[in-house]
Amino acid sequence: MTYRLFGTSTTRRSVLAGGAAATGMLAAPGILHAAGKTVKVGVVHPVTGFLQFSGTQCRYGAQAAIEEINASGGIKALDGAMIEAVLGDAQSKAEIGASEVEKFESEGVSAIVGAYSSGISLATTQAAAKYGIPHIVDVGVNDKIVGRDLDNTFRFGPGFGVITKTGIQSLIDLNEAAGNPAKTCVIVHENTTPFGSYMAGLMKDGLEPAGFEVLEILPHPTPNKDFRNIALKIKELNPDVVIPSHYYNEGVLFLRTLQRQRVSPKVIYSVLGGASSQYRFVNEFEDAAQGVMDCNHWFDPSNKAALALKDKTEADGKTYSYEVFLAYTAMKFLADGMERAASPDRKAIIDALAVSEWDGHFMPYGPTKMENGQNMAAVPLVTQVSGEDINVIAPAEYAQAKAKFG
Amino acid sequence: MDFLGLPSYSWETVLGSAISGVFLGSVYALVALGLTLIYGVLHIINFAHGAMLMLAMYAVFFLWSALGIDPYLALLIVVPAGFVFGYALQRGVIGRFSHGRDEITLLVTLGIAIMIENGALFAFSATERQVQVPYDFDGIDFGVTFAVWPEIAALAGSLVVTLALWLFMTRTDMGHAIQAVAKERRGAELVGIDVEHIYGVTFGIGAACVAVAACLLAPTYAVSPQFGYLFVLIAFTVVVLGGMGSFVGALVGGFLIGITEQLGRLYLGESLGLITISAIFILVLLFRPTGLFGQASG
Repeated sequence: MTYRLFGTSTTRRSVLAGGAAATGMLAAPGILHAAGKTVKVGVVHPVTGFLQFSGTQCRYGAQAAIEEINASGGIKALDGAMIEAVLGDAQSKAEIGASEVEKFESEGVSAIVGAYSSGISLATTQAAAKYGIPHIVDVGVNDKIVGRDLDNTFRFGPGFGVITKTGIQSLIDLNEAAGNPAKTCVIVHENTTPFGSYMAGLMKDGLEPAGFEVLEILPHPTPNKDFRNIALKIKELNPDVVIPSHYYNEGVLFLRTLQRQRVSPKVIYSVLGGASSQYRFVNEFEDAAQGVMDCNHWFDPSNKAALALKDKTEADGKTYSYEVFLAYTAMKFLADGMERAASPDRKAIIDALAVSEWDGHFMPYGPTKMENGQNMAAVPLVTQVSGEDINVIAPAEYAQAKAKFG
Repeated sequence: MDFLGLPSYSWETVLGSAISGVFLGSVYALVALGLTLIYGVLHIINFAHGAMLMLAMYAVFFLWSALGIDPYLALLIVVPAGFVFGYALQRGVIGRFSHGRDEITLLVTLGIAIMIENGALFAFSATERQVQVPYDFDGIDFGVTFAVWPEIAALAGSLVVTLALWLFMTRTDMGHAIQAVAKERRGAELVGIDVEHIYGVTFGIGAACVAVAACLLAPTYAVSPQFGYLFVLIAFTVVVLGGMGSFVGALVGGFLIGITEQLGRLYLGESLGLITISAIFILVLLFRPTGLFGQASG
């Protein structure tokens, strides 16, 4: 008997042969799993919900690192074991992030990388600590993440304290170098997560002793659909510096609203500004982005590996953002830890990460120096948008351009 | 000096905030108009309204990014498409599976919302997409605040759509038929009105209103699969506040909520200020349970 499917002649024998082949293919993953060694890593981010953009960016960065590690022969100390990502979605909620850790435990992961926001990372690291799973925090900057004596928790990038301290000092230094054009400021921050409120308090405490007058602190929720009121308040207060700190979507809307309302302070200086040092924002809204400074996670601009990842990210249709290179680096840091541990055992990995001196990365940190899970060598850089470029303006050893005040 | 501990602002800032409330209110009204039509006539609490708005925003975005069609020109494509989509959804899914039972209808629209949102997440990813128009930063300077053309267009659009819907419902045979079905379905059937067709047309018009809103919002707001949630909950509030099924109520309710929200945010802060929406909502329900322009049933 002959069947005809979409114009192709098909015999009963070929259908049976195809069925057998399909059955074989379905069975194949199990065989491959048994034949090739893999080491499982939980990758948890908020890929749905209000943080979905950043979460998706993080996931991309982590997967890019895994792809690269596997392509170069996997974890050599584990006989070339491939890293197998077990993906989790925190749905922008801390409790869901914690429940994803339970899933990772049942999957038998050797380690976890995640979970973008501070709120979710606090929950996932705590949940992972129950099972002794090493957890590398990729982006979450709240200092409490590594301040709870959890042996399993590591953060390769800088935390709030260091970022804000650097942000304050850099603003003071840049202002001084420019002849002190800025004397007053307004701080605008998101207050739905611990991130924004904590930062605003640190900024106020740091800037006032340095002679800045903080005219007002303006918090807002996330998500936020309208910044006109805040723009009007800033217009009335007429500060020299506006210091915003929020996630990407609000960052874009805020800066566009300032432009729409003709609010133009001498400088917009973000600390962890969601959009202020994002290529995507600069590409889409070049006018609104002009001159915006940002103290944030940034790569060594002269490092070829960082620029290669940028090219790959853009070739994949993604934007090269801090989420991508931080999650990428966190995964690489973990892979190096596995090499040093020479074991997929969780405790062995934790011990290796705790004394890691890894320097094979493209961040401006130098050799890794872990203290209570925090990489003490990690620092942010200050950037400023100029045309279509984002240039590093501080510190001097990484600076590509001089700071410009309006 | 601060009054009752509230911060004091110059009259320019207060007036600017109130004016921006009018513009924000027009956005709420635009989203609420389709919702009030669908509820007022079909008595369907359409949980898929936000998801439909999001889908229409994506349509506007892709027409702009792929074909270079301006969002306002896209009205000519997206609005008829919205009508067809809404008609087909009502006749093919909601009407067919709800069996005339409100609780099932509610679950069906909720299911549609989940499917549309997750479908959008799968197809378009979580990345926010923003239409960029050359007139994005041009507009009218009111002295106390600056209104850009997209905001002015949204305000004008909400007025035009309200007027058009009112004229349609009061001056056309189809509008009379819709009103007849809304008031007495059985009686409308007995006089030969095709009730199922009227249901489809009404849902279609509601979806077309959503499409108009999408075209007018696209130059201002970025779209993502979560976009609908930004407005739809407040739009439900606007519908109840203005009176179920009342277009003028949706318009006035939108402005009222917009101005209240903006002034509340100004004096109480961006987070706490949102409680003024709930406060005014509760007050209206206490003193006028049918809403500002609603009529008591029966």
